[in-house]
Amino acid sequence: MKRFGFSNVMLWLGMLFIYVPMVILVIYSFNASRLVTVWGGWSVKWYVGLLDNSQLMGAVMRSLEIALYTAIAAVVLGTLAAFVLTRIPRFRGRTLFGGMVTAPLVMPEVITGLSLLLLFVAMAQLIGWPAERGMTTIWIAHTTFCTAYVAVVVSSRLRELDLSIEEAAMDLGARPWKVFFLITIPMIAPSLAAGAMMSFALSLDDLVLASFVSGPGATTLPMEVFSAVRLGVKPDINAIASLILLVVSFFTFLAWYFTRRAEERRRRAIQQAMETMAEEAAASQTTWKPAA
Amino acid sequence: MKILNRLKSLLPQGRQLVIGVPFAWLFLFFLLPFLIVLKISLAEADVAIPPYTEIFAWADNQLSIILNLNNYQILTEDELYLAAYLGSLKTAFFCTLLCLLIGYPMAYAIARAERETQTVLLLLIMMPTWTAILIRVYAWMGILSNNGLLNSFLMGIGLIDNPLQILNTNLAVYIGIVYSYLPFMVLPLYANLVKHDPSLLEAAADLGSSNFNSFWKITVPLSKNGIIAGCMLVFIPVVGEFVIPELLGGPETLMIGKVLWQEFFNNRDWPVASALAVVMLAILIVPIILFNRNQAKELEGKV
Repeated sequence: MKRFGFSNVMLWLGMLFIYVPMVILVIYSFNASRLVTVWGGWSVKWYVGLLDNSQLMGAVMRSLEIALYTAIAAVVLGTLAAFVLTRIPRFRGRTLFGGMVTAPLVMPEVITGLSLLLLFVAMAQLIGWPAERGMTTIWIAHTTFCTAYVAVVVSSRLRELDLSIEEAAMDLGARPWKVFFLITIPMIAPSLAAGAMMSFALSLDDLVLASFVSGPGATTLPMEVFSAVRLGVKPDINAIASLILLVVSFFTFLAWYFTRRAEERRRRAIQQAMETMAEEAAASQTTWKPAA
Repeated sequence: MKILNRLKSLLPQGRQLVIGVPFAWLFLFFLLPFLIVLKISLAEADVAIPPYTEIFAWADNQLSIILNLNNYQILTEDELYLAAYLGSLKTAFFCTLLCLLIGYPMAYAIARAERETQTVLLLLIMMPTWTAILIRVYAWMGILSNNGLLNSFLMGIGLIDNPLQILNTNLAVYIGIVYSYLPFMVLPLYANLVKHDPSLLEAAADLGSSNFNSFWKITVPLSKNGIIAGCMLVFIPVVGEFVIPELLGGPETLMIGKVLWQEFFNNRDWPVASALAVVMLAILIVPIILFNRNQAKELEGKV
């Protein structure tokens, strides 16, 4: 055990480093005192106060709506992109395509945000759309970078799939589209769900892209929080921040849960198949052994 | 009927459609915008909507193109910009190194844990840490401020008499960046380390190699792809980071993401902001290509 001593200690220190600030934030959101550093007893008044803050509530609803549409669009586009990357080995512009799928993962947000805004301005001059920047433009920006995340998640699942099932369906005369919807999609469904949850959480959290491409009147929750936070720590921001942490954690947990359940199901299916094979072999009373 | 068939053959077929839809989206909303940034960086700032001059002009059957290199000249002349680029690169380099030094042992410990424990540990790393960056940076503001928890604690146990100035310094920026980007380092490293065959280490031990020696000569070289992926996932975004230097840093903190933001939102100088973005992209293009190559190998399963 001594061999892994150092790395285990680092793991727990790292976990403490990650979690302690968040725990402190959540505890202090229940602080009754208006002074954020003085403990004045437990209270939920900042949470209750949030409900009266109609500006904040409007931003919450707007953010949730954008996140929902982003999750849907990113899953569709990301799955198509992942399918292309894993199933179509050769076509013109494949390298470019691969680059465009993975580059958004690392591209600094200020660059993506600025460039998208300039695109929208240029498009408005040329074709008159988008006449006004707002939720649609934020949705486009979020979808673009979430697509990359979905593509990575889904393609890792697509690569593990047994191609022979799809091939068998094709041999039996199913059209490619039918194979995709009846065979491939159900098999990768958990990773689609995981990608959707991830996109939802990422969209809910984004500040920089939204600040660049949004227009007047389309303030999202992170923008609202940011402008308040700039002025320092405030008790009601503690409350909304704790709620955001909770929601984001919940969606990441769902994403994790879906992937894990799929893995378990697959392992069980393999095990079952092995057992049936062993039983059959035993029943047939031959000396043949399953190659397990 | 014939015309209908002709029209049908003009419509994209299934395969082209599958490639075409995501390709078109990413081309339009990811690649094309960079060309527009390049174009605007050659325009001149103007008091208008949008606040820049047109570089293509069509008058009297003459197409005139006015390329204004002034913005780039400003970047070289004003020391602020050079200092900001260097500051960003320095911060990104040291934060990546710190993330690697902290993240590698963490990923190693997770990869060596029991299978059941592994999934739980991964969830703990991923859950609130992967997103909600704004909130987690905000949490540090409450801890590091002059009358914050850290200073109260240190003064409470009598270690210091006066509060330490940590918030609004570079130290706070480093803490915030390492804190926010640590999961991005741990996850790819874990994905790589978990695939290693333990029998290699056993063989090395049988042949008399010390633990450290076999770690350094076997585990580290085998995890090269994971190290590259993790470092790029931290380094590239940190160079352009805005939120953390803005909230935790002070006037001494010069980072290019912050400067770009100020040029754009406060000074409304879109051409200079574009020139800043173009130069940043030029600096980052090599790491980005490296990352894309690495990722392409990973995506195609040719590890």
